[in-house]
Amino acid sequence: MTGAGRTLGGMEYAFEARGLVKRYGKTTALAGLDLSAPQGTVLGVLGPNGAGKTTAVRILATLLRPDEGRAFVGGLDVVKDAAKVRRLIGLTGQYASVDEDLTGMQNLVLIGQLLDLRKSEAVARATELLGEFGLADAGARQAKTYSGGMRRRLDLAASLVGRPDVIYLDEPTTGLDPSKRDDVWNIVRGLVKDGVTVLLTTQYLAEADALADEITVVDHGRSIAHGTPAQLKQIVGGQTILARPADPARLAETEAILTSVSGRPAESPSRGVVTVPVDGDAQFTEAVARLAQAGVSVTELSLRLPSLDEVFFTLTGQRATDEEAA
Amino acid sequence: MTTTTLSPVQHEKPVPTRSQPRPFGLVRHSLALARRSLIKTIRTPEQLLDVTLQPIIFVVLFVFLLGGAIAGDTHQYLQFLLPAILVQTVVFASVATGVSLNTDLKKGVFDRFRSLPIGRSAPLIGSVLGDLIRYVVATLSLTVCGLVLGFELVNGIVPALAAVVMTIAFAFCLSWAFVLLGMVLREPGAVQGVAFLTMFPLTFGTGMMAPVDTLPGWLQSWVQVNPVAHAMEAARGLMIGGPVATHVVWVAAWGLGLLAVFAPLAVRAYRRRT
Repeated sequence: MTGAGRTLGGMEYAFEARGLVKRYGKTTALAGLDLSAPQGTVLGVLGPNGAGKTTAVRILATLLRPDEGRAFVGGLDVVKDAAKVRRLIGLTGQYASVDEDLTGMQNLVLIGQLLDLRKSEAVARATELLGEFGLADAGARQAKTYSGGMRRRLDLAASLVGRPDVIYLDEPTTGLDPSKRDDVWNIVRGLVKDGVTVLLTTQYLAEADALADEITVVDHGRSIAHGTPAQLKQIVGGQTILARPADPARLAETEAILTSVSGRPAESPSRGVVTVPVDGDAQFTEAVARLAQAGVSVTELSLRLPSLDEVFFTLTGQRATDEEAA
Repeated sequence: MTTTTLSPVQHEKPVPTRSQPRPFGLVRHSLALARRSLIKTIRTPEQLLDVTLQPIIFVVLFVFLLGGAIAGDTHQYLQFLLPAILVQTVVFASVATGVSLNTDLKKGVFDRFRSLPIGRSAPLIGSVLGDLIRYVVATLSLTVCGLVLGFELVNGIVPALAAVVMTIAFAFCLSWAFVLLGMVLREPGAVQGVAFLTMFPLTFGTGMMAPVDTLPGWLQSWVQVNPVAHAMEAARGLMIGGPVATHVVWVAAWGLGLLAVFAPLAVRAYRRRT
């Protein structure tokens, strides 16, 4: 995965951070974190609350100076060339950072003006973005009247006004319901198609799996695993089928069907639920068919990726910590 | 509800792509951000209660409660009080910028401003400029109240306007001290609390309510150096007659001094705050 002859701060990576350290008093938020992504790719940064994800984003977004280590965006040092870096990046924070008292349009026009667009250009760009994000009809309304999903979209739109090369999405779907999450995912996919490089932090393996080209798993301010989603799933275990028969008496039968489909033993059983690891989506389809054939009705049936907690358990042997850190 | 269809973002059009830096950035950015503050104020007019209703209550209260005792008759006292209370109100209003900035900093919007290629001082200058509307509203509301109660602009309208301009300019300078507080303290409540502790000696330790020569000596010494006291005397001089020049010099010197010290400190504190 290491490119030959790579130089720190070279143009090979859209952004690159090496050995970032950030301390707050006695708390170490970052303990030598490395992050990088080639242009036009998505880097998923996966970790629990307090792992240092937001701190890393804030350093790459020029909002914080690292105590040690260096970071580059487009080959420019985020500390020394902060002003130039700010012309290349877009930031969407963990909480939608739009101005609630302003309308959607006013929010975007303000950002445009701050990016040195002329008023007419700023209005044109805002109109364009409101249209692209399904907010054309809501543009004249104050953002405080928007739903959570609309605010996130406005926030994303705001970070795109300047057509950034690199965009940081800090937990962009936290607190969104699944359908709104899909909207955000589609937006991210659209960005990548346009050649934008994305740093996406998330607490969900499923999200990183769906969007990222590479994933860095972060814990206690350092990277504990890095690789493609496929590589990562190989380490931490892939998908599992979870089934809950409507009739608890048929639990054993359900388990037998699922294990025969997957060819692997069931995981340690919990109350009324069977969990069996599978190799791919195809086995899920087969499992559904076989259960139906046998006349086993289920109240719950899902194909799932390991949760963050399970990822951490596999990688570190410990449960994900949930410390709060700045 | 679910009619929002999302087309993937496309940047195909040859619309001016990347924005190019243009000259006078700080001025343009500050004005754009001042406009933001202004919109916010207009959208939440209840924020203006402290500069509309409160000063009117003060005037009515003081004039009718104390006017008889201090000046012998309420009309006389209104003439004496109104120019000073105008200064008090505008000076009070200068606290709000620090409080609202403190609240704003906690929201993500300021992270976004920080991640944009704009001058570090632009968000602060924008807020301070945007809040000038508060001073104007305060002045209008008090003037109307005063005229209704029978206040006479003895010297005419131009000197009165000069008094208003001087007061607003001073409040603008002083507000940077509260912006600094807003950057340094954690909670908006704390900003408000500390600011008001300084407000009382500044605005009441003056000749606002009673002639200075009736005050004890130690208080007179304070009044002689207190810029707000000088602003009040200057406003009085301009509106109803009396010495002006020395007081204006005091106000100008203090105002410029406050600006020179607190504006850079506030910007520095803003940069450091993360």
